[in-house]
Amino acid sequence: MIAVCCYFQVHQPFRLRKDYRFFDIGLHHQYDDDATNRAIIQKVAAKCYLPANAIMRELIDRHEGAFRISYSLSGVALEQFARYAPEVLESFQALVATGCVELLGETYYHSLAFLFSPQEFRAQVAAHREKVRECFSVDPCDTFRNTELIYNNALAAAIEQLGYRVILTEGADHILGWRNPNFVYQPAPSYRLRLLLKNYKLSDDVAFRFSNRDWDEFPLNAEKYARWITATAGNGEVINLFMDYETFGEHQWADTGIFEFLRHMPGEILKHPDFVFRTPREVAMYYPPVAKIDIPYTISWADIERDTTAWLGNPMQDSAAEYLYSLERAVHDSHDVALIHDWRKLQTSDHYYYMCTKWFSDGDVHKYFNPYDTPHQAYVTYTNVLNDIRERLRQRHIACG
Amino acid sequence: MRALMFGWEFPPQMSGGLGTVCKALTSHLSGQGIDILFVMPCVNGNRPVSPHFRLIGANEIALSNSVVHLYERLSPETLKLLRIDSLLQPYDTLESYSLHVRTLARRIQEYQAAQQGRGERLALHGGYGRDLLEEVRRYAIIGSVLGLQETFDIIHAHDWITFPAAIEAKRVSGRPMICHVHATEFDRTGEHPNQEIYDIERYGLEQADRIIAVSHRTREMLIARYGLPPDKIAVIHNAVSKEKQLERDQIKKGFSEQLVLFLGRVTLQKGPDYFVEAARLVLQALPHVRFVMAGTGDMLPRLIERVAAYRLQKAFHFTGFLQGREVEQIYAMSDLYVMPSVSEPFGVTPFEAMLYHVPTIVSKQSGIAEVLQSAIKVDFWDIQMLAAKIIQVLSDSTFSRELVRRGAAELEQVSWDSAAGHCRRLYEELCRP
Repeated sequence: MIAVCCYFQVHQPFRLRKDYRFFDIGLHHQYDDDATNRAIIQKVAAKCYLPANAIMRELIDRHEGAFRISYSLSGVALEQFARYAPEVLESFQALVATGCVELLGETYYHSLAFLFSPQEFRAQVAAHREKVRECFSVDPCDTFRNTELIYNNALAAAIEQLGYRVILTEGADHILGWRNPNFVYQPAPSYRLRLLLKNYKLSDDVAFRFSNRDWDEFPLNAEKYARWITATAGNGEVINLFMDYETFGEHQWADTGIFEFLRHMPGEILKHPDFVFRTPREVAMYYPPVAKIDIPYTISWADIERDTTAWLGNPMQDSAAEYLYSLERAVHDSHDVALIHDWRKLQTSDHYYYMCTKWFSDGDVHKYFNPYDTPHQAYVTYTNVLNDIRERLRQRHIACG
Repeated sequence: MRALMFGWEFPPQMSGGLGTVCKALTSHLSGQGIDILFVMPCVNGNRPVSPHFRLIGANEIALSNSVVHLYERLSPETLKLLRIDSLLQPYDTLESYSLHVRTLARRIQEYQAAQQGRGERLALHGGYGRDLLEEVRRYAIIGSVLGLQETFDIIHAHDWITFPAAIEAKRVSGRPMICHVHATEFDRTGEHPNQEIYDIERYGLEQADRIIAVSHRTREMLIARYGLPPDKIAVIHNAVSKEKQLERDQIKKGFSEQLVLFLGRVTLQKGPDYFVEAARLVLQALPHVRFVMAGTGDMLPRLIERVAAYRLQKAFHFTGFLQGREVEQIYAMSDLYVMPSVSEPFGVTPFEAMLYHVPTIVSKQSGIAEVLQSAIKVDFWDIQMLAAKIIQVLSDSTFSRELVRRGAAELEQVSWDSAAGHCRRLYEELCRP
């Protein structure tokens, strides 16, 4: 049997107040733009989360357990759902309760922590696990996916040590070479951990190209897509379709027909007798790895470069990240839960995405998600907030360099 | 005595340095009994009302309407509004100007569609200029209209962009004309002048009966670079308005470090990059200092990246453009003001800083350095010296207090009234038969 393995990323950052200014440093400690965050959560809930969850529920019921999917929900998204759109949280809870949904482990803050601080990374993974347990009464202890599928050998080693069985990343051409992503692999340093690689062609057909009128395959319908999927028979064991959940209704609007596509796609695939849907945990159970894959350099699913340059690499991003993590010790020394939470929310990768200056191939995507007019504005706001955090520490006489 | 004055900024709108100067100068001139009719490309919002001062602007109403208005004699106390569609804006960059042009192009189409069938279009409304220089020529036409319509004794034009209008006004009225130079093309561009602007500037200055330069530095430049006869150029230094709402002790600062301030356009002329370089050197020696760059401009993104690359993010801050109370607030928070201008005809901000008891460092390449005794003076390019002086002021409180004390005494001597008096005597001299 060939498995179709769907994983959807659900994440929303806490956006900062754009009017947090120099004059506020040391005096005002309210950083989140509550109004914007509320508006965005409620907008995306109405356009995406609620209708998409309703369809998923319908599909799970209709296929009686044959349609199986997985989600990774960031802690900061869960927190905002509870605050601004509790009905979204409830509908995810109902989906999880069907038993056909696997929840994945990630960092609570959707952060880049692994690249900077192993102990901070582990703490955030634990915090996320706790949050998922609290919200869904399930333990996301089998599958791990790091922020934006950022991955390297060292991450695999750390994740294996934490007891996970499978990890996800991008099926980037430059790491696969002649191999294809439609098999289960194993990270080079691991003996137990499985590695699932995103089939970016088939994933992006939906996530990015679905409504693109310049695409030769436009319009895409469920039948055609199922044909592409099933055409892999004989040349693979698992098709990994990884995408942002906001694909449904938010990136591809309802009027593109994306929901109709979603409603019919699983049925079309299941018409083929050799194909089944499985979650990452199940894939890891059923299929042995065919080979080890060595990924010493960090990759991700972002931009055509498939590296970390969407978040790190220009002087603004690097100085912000260095500054942030230089406060780690002092922040923990404060033993102030609210302050630690504020500092950790600044680790959310989106803040770094907003500071990105490579506006070439993926500039449009970057701009679409950027609440700031310029990356420089994003940097100035971010460092103002960080400077306030540092002042709060110093006001308590905590040494912070 | 009545003066017809051409400008392009007037607070509260466009309250850059030039606007501030124009407002202070006109208010003191009218205080000394000179009637002033002040023309600018556009007026939005409130107009100052005073018996000796009228502000004529140029945008909301179509010119055809305003010409009609011109013939309807209103009572002399009533403001007349005359609108010229214009792209005139100081400090436009290529990008921002082409953006204005595109917005305007859309508005023209809407306007022309609205005008269809009304039959009241004047030649002036045949279209909008495709570039800034054409706009200057359009503005000049208003000069001739006003030169015919209005009665006045003297024409006073502020900077090159208004010179063609003033020349037209002079041509039709035969009245003497004063060109007031607040900045030359060499100051604005750092030795890479736009030839057409230079030509307009120079022609205007040649046509002028007298020239006012805001400093000896500017006067020397006019003699050397524009070939103007020295005896035609008078120097009238700017002063500073001493109104303020805030005092140092009313300000709450969220941190304990001393603060060093740069305030101005973040452009080549103002030398913001030297400020960043000096900050880097200072922070190596004195870690407990913060630097603030207040203002915006085409160099801002570059400098933000440079500050990030130097890893000064803990101690170097950007506020963006400040106005009103925030300007006062940042002055009042500061322990040292630095004006590292590469080329500054005058540069009034050190006076403003001194109002808030802030010691100042100014570049030797600024006009204010000629009159300011209590400021430290350095070459703009000498970042080592600048850094050393910043360190000295911040670490020697006796020295810093002495600078503040001397600054306050010096400020006592500076007044717009005497600058306006000088200007009035120049008017009288020119109008003497």
